[in-house]
Amino acid sequence: MAKKLLIVGSGMGGTIVANGVARQIGGLLRTGEVNITVIGNTPMHLYQPGLLYVPFGRIHESELFREQTRVLDRRINFHVDPAKHIDVEKNRVTAQSGRVYDYDYLVIATGSRLMTGVIPGMAEGAHWFYDLEGARKLRTALASFAGGKIVINANAPHKCPVAPLEITFMLYDYLRNRGLLDKTEFTYTYPIGRIHALEPVAHWAKPEFEKLGIKYETFFNTSAIDPQKKEISSEEGVTLPYDLLITIPPHQGSQVIEDSNLGKGGWVPTNRTTLQREGSTNVFVVGDTTNIPISKAGSTAHFEADTVIENLVSIFKEGSWSRLYDGKVYCFVETGMTTGTYVWFNYETPPNPTPPSQMIHWFKLAYNRMYWLSARGLL
Amino acid sequence: MTERITVDARGSFCPGPLMEMIAALKLAKVGDEVEVLSSDKGTAADIPEWVAKVGHTLVDSTAHGGYWSLVVRKAK
Repeated sequence: MAKKLLIVGSGMGGTIVANGVARQIGGLLRTGEVNITVIGNTPMHLYQPGLLYVPFGRIHESELFREQTRVLDRRINFHVDPAKHIDVEKNRVTAQSGRVYDYDYLVIATGSRLMTGVIPGMAEGAHWFYDLEGARKLRTALASFAGGKIVINANAPHKCPVAPLEITFMLYDYLRNRGLLDKTEFTYTYPIGRIHALEPVAHWAKPEFEKLGIKYETFFNTSAIDPQKKEISSEEGVTLPYDLLITIPPHQGSQVIEDSNLGKGGWVPTNRTTLQREGSTNVFVVGDTTNIPISKAGSTAHFEADTVIENLVSIFKEGSWSRLYDGKVYCFVETGMTTGTYVWFNYETPPNPTPPSQMIHWFKLAYNRMYWLSARGLL
Repeated sequence: MTERITVDARGSFCPGPLMEMIAALKLAKVGDEVEVLSSDKGTAADIPEWVAKVGHTLVDSTAHGGYWSLVVRKAK
């Protein structure tokens, strides 16, 4: 009887796992001893980090998307059939179509979602770039921006932790190129007591902000936005006026996780090294979906996927596994339109960002295209 | 019924213990307690400072061997 690997979620994490396993067990797929099925929400695969460039016209929308069937290995069964209930006791997933998918091994990679509705006024009063519709609207708003107060507002928790800094530096360069800096006032807000979660990154960015005249408000957790008055207020009692508000909305995990009672807020309790769901031995969790206290980022999903791939391949080929995830995260950081840096760290090694350079920025631009090799399990 | 949620943020460089505390409190009910375990000594100062600003209640702050435990009750 064939072993069934079911992957719920066709974003970066789920896709890399599916392709990575398929590439290593070709013989087992050919003989029918293993089959791989992916169920996802959409027929198109989105390169999410590319959304950062949309508001500035630095990437074409067509570069962000590929058909999922062309990204996945042809030996993988793919269905656009969103999961509605995951039953880890009975080893089955019920999807929107009513179809029930049984599995021997399950990978949950359902990602995270923007919760703009949980903060009063956010949906009406703020711009964001974390989805295509939001990025398009921000592009339109920037095109007509003629100067004024810009507030860049980060909320907890959110994925891609470096994005608030990146959008700020890129926006500064964009408005400088348009000759609007002397008519613009920037204020950046952040939930904790420094301007970035990573202490060395905050240590580097603070004097950069001061050099550029970017104001900042720390310990700022958004309580409400008033779109009429154009004000944003914090739980800490600070209110800021704005002409253009760019927010990084708070996130939660997928609704199906909550509906299946698999984790509060849609985050699945997950062992930080084995990446198994707590309480399961045949359920792995990858990417934003875990409750592991590390960055929710594409690179996290990628490195976690590498661990899960090796263990699933070992299970199918050898009947056991032993690879552990070390907490590795690697993030490019755009520090303007022409320079960039990067940070990497894991559970044991603290981050130590290198000085920004044009070369790292170019490498980031190159990766925006090489991503499709990563998703296919080739890089 | 109130509950206590524990977040083990030891070894977490990003987003870090305070960000984990904030995220957990957002999902908690008023009266619930969130305990964060942190290996970052700065947490023992950061979390009480934020709690005082925002108006939650610091229930406990204990230094263990190599890590700190901070418990906050959601007040609003």
